[in-house]
Amino acid sequence: MFEVRNLSVNYGGIEAVRDISFSVDEGRIVTLIGANGAGKSTTLRTIAGLVRPRSGSIIFDGVDITGKDPTYIVSRGITMVPEGRRIFPDLTVMENLRIGAYLRKDSIEGDIDWVFSLFPRLKERSWQYGGTLSGGEQQMLAVGRALMSRPMIMMMDEPSLGLAPLVVRDIFSIIREINRQGVTILLVEQNANMALQVADTGYVMETGVITLSGRGSDLISDEAVRKAYLGK
Amino acid sequence: MDSAYRKRLIAIWIGIAAVYLAVLLLDMTLRPTSMLLTVLKKGAIYSLVAVSMNLLNGFTGLFSLGQAGFMLIGAYTYAILTMPGDVKTSESVYKYYECFITFDTGVFIGLVAAGLMAALFAFLIGWPVLRLKSDYLAIATLGFAEIIRAIFQWDVLGPVTNGANLLRSYIDLTRVTLPFTDIPFPPTLFVFMVSGICILIIVLLINSSYGRAFKAIRDDETAAEAMGINLFRSKELSFVISSFFAGISGALLAMFQYTVQAQQFKSMMTYEILLIVVIGGIGSISGSCIASFLYITLSEWWLRGLDMGTFLGISAPSLFRSGFRKLVFSVIIMVIVLFFSRGIMGDKELSIPRMRAAFARAAKRMRKEAAG
Repeated sequence: MFEVRNLSVNYGGIEAVRDISFSVDEGRIVTLIGANGAGKSTTLRTIAGLVRPRSGSIIFDGVDITGKDPTYIVSRGITMVPEGRRIFPDLTVMENLRIGAYLRKDSIEGDIDWVFSLFPRLKERSWQYGGTLSGGEQQMLAVGRALMSRPMIMMMDEPSLGLAPLVVRDIFSIIREINRQGVTILLVEQNANMALQVADTGYVMETGVITLSGRGSDLISDEAVRKAYLGK
Repeated sequence: MDSAYRKRLIAIWIGIAAVYLAVLLLDMTLRPTSMLLTVLKKGAIYSLVAVSMNLLNGFTGLFSLGQAGFMLIGAYTYAILTMPGDVKTSESVYKYYECFITFDTGVFIGLVAAGLMAALFAFLIGWPVLRLKSDYLAIATLGFAEIIRAIFQWDVLGPVTNGANLLRSYIDLTRVTLPFTDIPFPPTLFVFMVSGICILIIVLLINSSYGRAFKAIRDDETAAEAMGINLFRSKELSFVISSFFAGISGALLAMFQYTVQAQQFKSMMTYEILLIVVIGGIGSISGSCIASFLYITLSEWWLRGLDMGTFLGISAPSLFRSGFRKLVFSVIIMVIVLFFSRGIMGDKELSIPRMRAAFARAAKRMRKEAAG
């Protein structure tokens, strides 16, 4: 469904991503794990069209989308939950959700109901400003906002960042639920343990290259991964 | 639509209708030169330009200081278009130049053309300028406004702009008539109607999906881009629309003051408008309107005495002389900026429930003070 081939990206003067290739099959949860500065976020930002790659290609549904602008990429069905949530603080919860559906011309009322059924808390707070929500609620809003574009693939950049462990568990169970409802997920995480638990496939990134790949359950028991990322 | 919302909407419309009726009555009864009418007219004109600036600065987060330049373009376009053709070809206005525009248009076309011309200029300069951010954008737009002012006074353009000389004899407020008749249009009501319709359009825009996109860009550009919002196109749209309405308010200003000269559209004018926006609250339409009436009333009327020798019945010609008003005004502004830095309204809008809540709070406080 989705394939990255020999992608290299220069970002901020350094070669952040070097010749990586990976693929995401439809209906799966795929995760990129790795330490800070491994190039995970840059990879996502490149796919989202926010950064231009130096070389390589990104193929989605048989179409080359390399270097296209974000407007095109979102309208093709790829959406991103950015790192640090980045909800719009001075817009209400409802307005945040509507912005997520900015490019859609059809009716979105059903999707708002869908997001509210996934996150009942957001419904209670639909008239509140985004900036007044708690961290966990903001992450829910960021996910809900991304879902409003009716994505085929949802890319999530560090959804567990800065959240309490209990909230992280909620977020990951929601990720599973969204995936069950048919959205393919590409997940970037430093929290390797949680990410590998939900992922079908995992890729380990180190200083811009992919060093390891395999099924999530295999990686979690892999000796090298355990040593490097799981602290065991 | 629930009934409470509908009730509120009806209340708003009744309130607006009452204001317009009051304006009409004042227009019919007061002397046309009365201070109240002057202040109302100028206040309405400044409301429009302040709201148009708020659309850019408050809702799209673009710190632009080009408003006076776009007003100038609007004022000139309107004045040149509506000046009767025979006046333009005679010696009475264009004394040193041969004006080659021989036709003239009505008020409506003049106003729309004023907006369109300002919008066209905004569209063209938006290409390079809107790639800049924050302070750099402010500097570039301010520079643009100054360049426009210089260009309009340029000798070579004299056959169109009359060079540095003033334009007059176009259709001003006293010469507007009701459509298809010779009955004069009540001038204050006319200004209120044009401003009101324009502000209504801006309000509708802000509440549309375009407006949401503007606000999203203001809050977080990267996140907005990730949502698929085309940053440049949205900014350009906001800039062009804001300039369109600044152009119309420039035309209204021209109608209000009977003569137009490029010289008056200095950067000081933009600062005045910025001040109104800040006092009213960045991101509040009703705040901008309230602040512009307040500002105009104070500067043109209530604080006048500070320059004329007598203020509030106190006669002190040695203290209250020319320039003292500006000093008092500066102090007021400093107090506002220091203690009410979010302006009168913050980023909220005036609404009946909010007013009721504010009154209730004030009453409670007074009761407490009376009891204690």
